[in-house]
Amino acid sequence: MFSSLAEIVARAESTGRPLWRIVLDEEVEDADTTGERVLERLGERLATMREAVERGLHSDAPSVSGLLGGGARRFETWRAQGASVLGPFLGKVVARAQATMEVNARMGTIVATPTAGSSGILPAVLFSAEEELGLSEQDLVRGLLVAAGVGQVIVARASVSGAAGGCQAETGSAAAMAAGALTALRGGRPAQVSESVAFTLQGMLGLICDPVGGLVEVPCLTRNVSGAVQAVAGSELALAGLHFPIPADEVIDVMGQIGSELDEKYRETAKGGLAATATGRRLAASVRWDGPGFENTNAARARDLADPGPALAADADGGESHG
Amino acid sequence: MSVFDIIGPRMVGPSSSHTAGALRLGLLARGLLGRTPERARIGLHGSFATTYRGHGTDRAVAAGLLGMAPDDPRIPRSLEVARERGLDVRFEPLDLGPAAHPATLAFELEAEGERVTMVGASVGGGSVQVTSVNGRDVDLTGEYDTLIVQARDIPGTTASITHLLAERGVNIAFLEVSREKRGREATMLIEADHEIPDDVVEQVQAFEWVREARRLSKVTD
Repeated sequence: MFSSLAEIVARAESTGRPLWRIVLDEEVEDADTTGERVLERLGERLATMREAVERGLHSDAPSVSGLLGGGARRFETWRAQGASVLGPFLGKVVARAQATMEVNARMGTIVATPTAGSSGILPAVLFSAEEELGLSEQDLVRGLLVAAGVGQVIVARASVSGAAGGCQAETGSAAAMAAGALTALRGGRPAQVSESVAFTLQGMLGLICDPVGGLVEVPCLTRNVSGAVQAVAGSELALAGLHFPIPADEVIDVMGQIGSELDEKYRETAKGGLAATATGRRLAASVRWDGPGFENTNAARARDLADPGPALAADADGGESHG
Repeated sequence: MSVFDIIGPRMVGPSSSHTAGALRLGLLARGLLGRTPERARIGLHGSFATTYRGHGTDRAVAAGLLGMAPDDPRIPRSLEVARERGLDVRFEPLDLGPAAHPATLAFELEAEGERVTMVGASVGGGSVQVTSVNGRDVDLTGEYDTLIVQARDIPGTTASITHLLAERGVNIAFLEVSREKRGREATMLIEADHEIPDDVVEQVQAFEWVREARRLSKVTD
């Protein structure tokens, strides 16, 4: 596993091998497996990602809370009618970023890339590139490898956990991974892939994690849209040959540092930001806990949502503390 | 950190840390007990305490305790499955202090008169870190089969155990021995590249100087 993008780029440049190959070789060595097996498993993951996007684009089913549902389909229909000024590539990205997140929010099956809360971004960029740039399945699997390399560096230097580092650690990381993958798939040099990560992540720095009602719904879904758009823009800045003066590894470091300095209320506790607005609190209190797959015993849950502590303790006959 | 930790896990939503990671911790705790618990008491620390419902953490933990994988379609109704299978699972908020990872679960499981405790954090993207087993501090990722041994601190104990593993072709990835005080009780953590067979755990347990031998079976997707 790599601890810096500089190291991956240097290895690609010195060996003349593409980035995806550098990441693949490292995985084969670390995990004592074969390249074929890794590619096959990534192909399986890609198939799950594709199913989630398709299901999200074609269903109006509500999320478990009822706060979300049908947005991806609505946007896709509107876009396909020619109403959007984004153009087909970015328009598809915006629709698809919502699709996976809707499936995720109804407890459907997705692939965490790198997390479930940021799972809309990478598939949105990859599948839009497949359709609009004529990429193959094999290309997309290679894109997953480049994205994984970027993600590994982020985990080594910072975090991909919203509870540890805020939304910048989740959607910021996913956007950086998607930008790296897109840049590589469009023929960017290794150094440009690294530039695209820097351009993308710098724009996500400081983003807090403030989920309304503690659900992975609002604003997570639309933050995935922001991240996906940022990823495409970051990739294009790099492909056009622009240079961001702070190296990607340092941008990742500062993301981790900002995350550790974020107040707890901005780290997935639902105590700050949009979650703590008057409307955010009202929505949290009105959440339906009887959505698809939920049991009917949830009236009690809805009741004690406003005051979870005592209700929980009462549940647990006594409340002696654990070691 | 494999590429499959970054591009994965394949899972039922909505949260990799608070659903899939919580399930993985449940699976590890189940592995520690060696069977489906009859009673499970789960302490929720940090963001788990405030957001567990929205993330389906209760369903995920129950699913893990029942041995379900992170992409099992029964996860949304796992609490019902738990009732059917005689698992009484309860959740309560728990403050483990500022040093604990902001997404940590504390497990207390019982079955057939046996009791185990485990504390673990969900560190992001479905990855976990076990920090305590039966009250002993550990640092395990659940990516290796691990043998946890509490034994008297006398010469030759480590050699006897590693010999048993070697005989069965089990390669040791990491080995850590620590003790509270010379001559008192020592804790051995052995992380292995291969599966640690049941009978090896039994043979280790049978040593007169071993107080307790536990296997923490690895969890991978």
